Amino acid sequence: MKAKVYVTLKQGVLDPQGKAIRHSVALLGYDGVADVRQGKYFEIALDSGLDAAGARETAEALARDVLSNPVIEDYRVEVEG
Amino acid sequence: MKFGVIVFPGSNCDHDAYHVISKHVGQPVDFIWHRETDLSTYDAVIIPGGFSYGDYLRAGALASFSPVMASVKEFAARGRVVLGICNGFQILCETGLLPGALIRNRELHFICQHVNVRVETTETPFTHELRDGQVLSLPVAHAEGNYVCDDETYEELVREDRVVFRYCDAEGVSGEGSNLNGSRDHIAGICSPGRNVLGLMPHPERACEDLLGSSDGSGVFRSLAAMLAAAR
Repeated sequence: MKAKVYVTLKQGVLDPQGKAIRHSVALLGYDGVADVRQGKYFEIALDSGLDAAGARETAEALARDVLSNPVIEDYRVEVEG
Repeated sequence: MKFGVIVFPGSNCDHDAYHVISKHVGQPVDFIWHRETDLSTYDAVIIPGGFSYGDYLRAGALASFSPVMASVKEFAARGRVVLGICNGFQILCETGLLPGALIRNRELHFICQHVNVRVETTETPFTHELRDGQVLSLPVAHAEGNYVCDDETYEELVREDRVVFRYCDAEGVSGEGSNLNGSRDHIAGICSPGRNVLGLMPHPERACEDLLGSSDGSGVFRSLAAMLAAAR
């Protein structure tokens, strides 16, 4: 079982790194890029003994309690069999 | 009265805090390793600056999960005094002892310089020997000092007089130019609802001797020592 967790800044929270990347992208001449937001991506290997529901529960708990800060970040969890 | 300075892997202002307590406050002080859990012999705990766990995941996040921080939460709940400086402030926010979060500085740079902060309230154990509106020159050294919180939290902080320091210029005026990291409403330090937990980004412990460019930070420790002495 593998879980993928995506952590992104909440809408409205300033992302100065994303802004700097956006600036560089513009300098390189890429057209049509309106905005860049930077986030984090985690791959978590889960015990093979877990069923899909258990795997999701574990990954959701990790994402909520450890991998994200609810003050500034949202998360999304995907579980693969 | 006895002080404790918590040490995480990557703390680097622990010795500065220890030095100030032993030399200037003149009180006993111990280093407390992050795996320890017994804080029963301490009157005040300092969470020092540095880069605990290399700032991995988020600044202060991994330190907030360490065994000693569970004890610090209980310590604070009993009304004991906790002072978090720089990375210590980030750790206090990550544990939930203080609201909000500290994100990357607006201009992305690591900022290492002396700044001016204004004392916004003297109704704390850390500032009662200072004057309302007093301007202190203190060093900062951080990349993640940009204080953010939601509107509800901000209004609560203001309503309860829990903003303890704001960035300002030498005359005590806060403007865009003096808000070096982009913090909400120039916030440099806040306290808990019980007022016994303070977190701030500037380093008062590095400004207790004129030789170091400023002794303005000594008022924070003088206040703390006087409060603890009176409580005995």
